[in-house]
Amino acid sequence: MKVWLIAEMTFHEARQRRLVWIGALLGLLFLGVFALGYHYMYQDVSRYAGAFTTQVISAANGFALMGLYAVNFLGVMLAVIISVDTLSGEIASGTIHTIATKPLRRWEIVVGKWLGLLAMLSLFIVFLCAGLTLITWLIARHIPPNIMQGTALMILCGTVVMTLSLLGSTYLAALANGVVVLMLYGLAFAAGWMEEFGAIFQNTSAVRVGIVISLLMPAEAMWKRAAYLMQPGFLREFGMSPFGAGSAPSSAMVVYTLLYVLVILAAAVRLFQRRDL
Amino acid sequence: MWAIEAISLRKEYGRTVAVADLNLQVCQGEVFGFLGANGAGKTTTVKMLLGLVRPSAGQALVLGRRPGDPTAMAHIGFLPEHFRFHPWLTAADFLDYHARLYGMPAEERRRRIPELLERVGLAGWERTRLAKFSKGMLQRIGLAQALLNHPQVVFLDEPTSGLDPLGRREVRDLIRELRDAGVTVFLNSHMLGEVEAACDRVGIIRQGELIRVGTLEELAGGTLQVEIRARALTPELIAGLARWGRVVRQEGSERVLLETAEEEALPVIAAWLVENGARLYALTPCRRPLEDLFVQIVEGAQ
Repeated sequence: MKVWLIAEMTFHEARQRRLVWIGALLGLLFLGVFALGYHYMYQDVSRYAGAFTTQVISAANGFALMGLYAVNFLGVMLAVIISVDTLSGEIASGTIHTIATKPLRRWEIVVGKWLGLLAMLSLFIVFLCAGLTLITWLIARHIPPNIMQGTALMILCGTVVMTLSLLGSTYLAALANGVVVLMLYGLAFAAGWMEEFGAIFQNTSAVRVGIVISLLMPAEAMWKRAAYLMQPGFLREFGMSPFGAGSAPSSAMVVYTLLYVLVILAAAVRLFQRRDL
Repeated sequence: MWAIEAISLRKEYGRTVAVADLNLQVCQGEVFGFLGANGAGKTTTVKMLLGLVRPSAGQALVLGRRPGDPTAMAHIGFLPEHFRFHPWLTAADFLDYHARLYGMPAEERRRRIPELLERVGLAGWERTRLAKFSKGMLQRIGLAQALLNHPQVVFLDEPTSGLDPLGRREVRDLIRELRDAGVTVFLNSHMLGEVEAACDRVGIIRQGELIRVGTLEELAGGTLQVEIRARALTPELIAGLARWGRVVRQEGSERVLLETAEEEALPVIAAWLVENGARLYALTPCRRPLEDLFVQIVEGAQ
């Protein structure tokens, strides 16, 4: 299948453009800073909280969630950066001409690129989540609950953004595409908070608006679910925090998001098949 | 079956007609030159024939199949006008990637890639990144990728762009080799000299319309130009040449360029000149330069 060859080339391209190495280096830097901050936080909280284990766990988890929140944000940014000109760049430069005239279908080019980008994004998020979990365990003997599910949901969050960006890159230039995708993400981010505040103050209109926007752009909803799963039960009861979630989108929303990704990918294939190169 | 066939092929961009109802057939094993001024619709036509651009109307067939059909594309090679590449790849990796896109087995790739690098004069550059290649070298590696699959049809869009005179000659030789091997070559070029030297037939496109197709002789309208070099060419003798055609140019009293309808007239002209006192040194039939024909046809169509 030529799809795998295109995926391999997409990954290879990112490696050659030093995206992978820069991502890994900055990821290590992030983990270093996080480890330092987590160490000092845990030292101070342990000293002041003393025997109040709940408070210590709460603080350990809260700071871990803060780190995971940053990982999710970095994942979203990486998703945009790696995909924003993946097709439009090759169309504008003409590189696509020698590829699209080989014996392969256009859908294989789009799906191949998507798979290559997905592999890169997944590696980045898994690397950071694994590193972060190792740090919290080494310092506080704490592992955020449901970290595997949370990581998968964070990958799904980045995948939504990356797939939308891939769709945009079939027609839009890099800058315009980047602006559109980031604006959409910003909208979903605001909608997530609107939904959460609406739930707290029992404002059904705010909740509905939040839900509708989440359906249009479900990336932030996946983070909300990830954050909800990765915080201990008593924190969920406590309500919302800047980095966690007081309520979680349902499993149905996860299924919806998976379908959403497939539909957006299909739309990208359709647009790319129809456009002149 | 035609190697390339366009049936009422049309492309519109809004109100602009890039290609207007183009009908064209190219035989298998033929070297076909496609000429036109900038913006005439040459590249759009090539892109439609390759499935890169969707026609607004009409149909294109390459090797009897729709453009873009992987079965046909497996037997087609293409060098785009503005050949771009992945600059981080080495020459060998670049060819390997494209060979894999053709589905070529590893063993064949190992044999074919050095062979092609040698053929385009890039032996020894296998491990060099394309980013370090000159424009001419990039054109050569582009040619190599167009020939990877032993194609039956090759589309070359300005293949000598960026090449030095030696490189241009090598491309002409390569085109001849391809013709000898029975490969159909569709050549887009501004270099009329190379089209003239390499092509069996020529098509001229102007503002999206194919205005003439034929061999160079057919394009010349069946006329032949003869250069006469002689002494004692009197004005009466020069005027007398008019019975066999038209005196196109006279340089002094010793050189005349005559346009005549048929080759059979040449011995008769020679005998008549000698009988009438001219000292004939040379009577040389010469093909009309394609550049003259091109300008005449394009301007005539305006």
